[in-house]
Amino acid sequence: MKIKQISIFLENRKGRLYDVCSLLGTKNVNIRALNVAETESFGILRIVVDKPDAAVKSLGEAGIIARITDVIAVEVTDKPGGLAEILRVLADEDVNIEYMYGFVEKSSDKALMVFRFDDADKAAAILKRNNISIVNEQGVREL
Amino acid sequence: MEISYWNKEVETADRETIKQIQLQRLKGIIAAALKTPFYSKHLPAVGIKSPDDVRSLDDLRKIPFTMKDDLRQNYPKGLLSVDTSEVVRIHTSSGTTGIPTVIYLSAKDLDNATDLMARSITGTGASRADILQNMMSYGLFTGGLCMHYGAERVGMMVIPAAGGNTKRQVQLMKDFRTTVLHITPSYLLHIHSKLAEFGISRNDLALQKAFIGAEPHSENTRRKIEELYGIDAYNSYGLSEMNGPGIAFECVYKNDLHFWEDAYIVEIINPKTGELVPDGEQGEVVLTNLIRNAMPLMRYRTRDLAYLHTEPCKCGRTHRRMSRILGRSDDMLIINGVNVFPSQIEEVIMRVPEVGTNYQIHVEKQGALDRLVVKVELYPKMFIGEAKQIDSLKAKISDELKASITIKPAIELHEHGSLPVFEGKAVRVVDTRDKL
Repeated sequence: MKIKQISIFLENRKGRLYDVCSLLGTKNVNIRALNVAETESFGILRIVVDKPDAAVKSLGEAGIIARITDVIAVEVTDKPGGLAEILRVLADEDVNIEYMYGFVEKSSDKALMVFRFDDADKAAAILKRNNISIVNEQGVREL
Repeated sequence: MEISYWNKEVETADRETIKQIQLQRLKGIIAAALKTPFYSKHLPAVGIKSPDDVRSLDDLRKIPFTMKDDLRQNYPKGLLSVDTSEVVRIHTSSGTTGIPTVIYLSAKDLDNATDLMARSITGTGASRADILQNMMSYGLFTGGLCMHYGAERVGMMVIPAAGGNTKRQVQLMKDFRTTVLHITPSYLLHIHSKLAEFGISRNDLALQKAFIGAEPHSENTRRKIEELYGIDAYNSYGLSEMNGPGIAFECVYKNDLHFWEDAYIVEIINPKTGELVPDGEQGEVVLTNLIRNAMPLMRYRTRDLAYLHTEPCKCGRTHRRMSRILGRSDDMLIINGVNVFPSQIEEVIMRVPEVGTNYQIHVEKQGALDRLVVKVELYPKMFIGEAKQIDSLKAKISDELKASITIKPAIELHEHGSLPVFEGKAVRVVDTRDKL
């Protein structure tokens, strides 16, 4: 139900994002979804990858500060109002979204979105109850 | 040039008379010091058991130096010579390890300090006709109150504006036709860059003089202030341990600062050996306060570096002049007039579990003002993966530093291992401000 997102602390320093992506490339880790939260002096790179545990291990060995956080990948119908429908359900049920971003790939006619909730279990239960599909770890690997 | 004196007899006394005053007052200070827990331990050890054991000024050299650390270790009452019922005022300054230092003033001591402040003000040609806007902090810091009392004694109209709120400061200057400012040089320069924004031109203001102090500055800074405002700027020297400002001040000739030698004995020493250096040579300023009995302080190592002039001044005063402060013999930083020790910053950082032990302190100019940036490394295990954690961590460190050093630094969080590592003595402080 929940999937692993890797959050990486990056200084705003030239080439730092390249260092991370290049390292993951050499370790044969594929990035499925990516988002950068940036401020004036640092950024948090958030990625969903096919091999999260191996990725965190490699990053740690390279001295890069990385941490696994739980997120939920939700299938969104790829048509106007598709995302709005999900957001309406969440708003009605009083679920707070901390941030969200889209996957690189699509699964059939659905778009995939990553959601970070303050209460992931509650959010997952509500999504299920409203027949909104959630993609699991295996689903992410098989994309 | 017209020369005004507050106390002409003392200000122009011959050197022999000044020395006689010094010796007589030193005996009084010794008597007071022997009543304090601190000096009653140290003076008998060097053969001074009563004021009569001091027969000449040379005997002063027998007395060991008093360090800032002694003040901290004997906080709060180890140097107090009287019952607190005799004390009318205290001032404190922040300490490097959380322990402040304190000074006590009796009514007579306060009167003496006020009189010297009035003497300093008068020496610049300012008088009761002037309107002084006092823009130093009031409160535990000596700068505001000490000047305030002195200026009132001169009979000036005093505007106790204290620091900050630039727009209101300028409005006060305009509305009350302020003629004299007491201010740090960096703040005075900063204000000039704001005048246009406030829609006020220099000609709307009646400024004639500024007393600039609380932070070391160069002759170029003074000239810049004088040119920008078309005023005379006078250098003021003081430190809280010696009562604050008014202990050495420039006269109308603005050729370095007359040290009021009837009130202070000035020695310039080699900070490494503790030996006196020859006249005119740079060294550390060591001061003995001759006008404060409630809390005697003798041969106090100020850590300020300067030299003394030996040639007489055209103003007729016989009190020797001290150069502007040329540096420090310790690592204290002066940031917008606030004294900060790197160890204070380190102490705060080490309490924060989310950051590592490596850090760097950067001090730079941002416009006319100083900017303090503290760079720390994020401790990998403490990262929970959230941007808001980093933001709140930065705010937390900044707030805790503000509580300790009174100024709010910018915090930069870096990846661990990215700040320079030193095998020998670490270079923790990078100060890119112009050297004096």
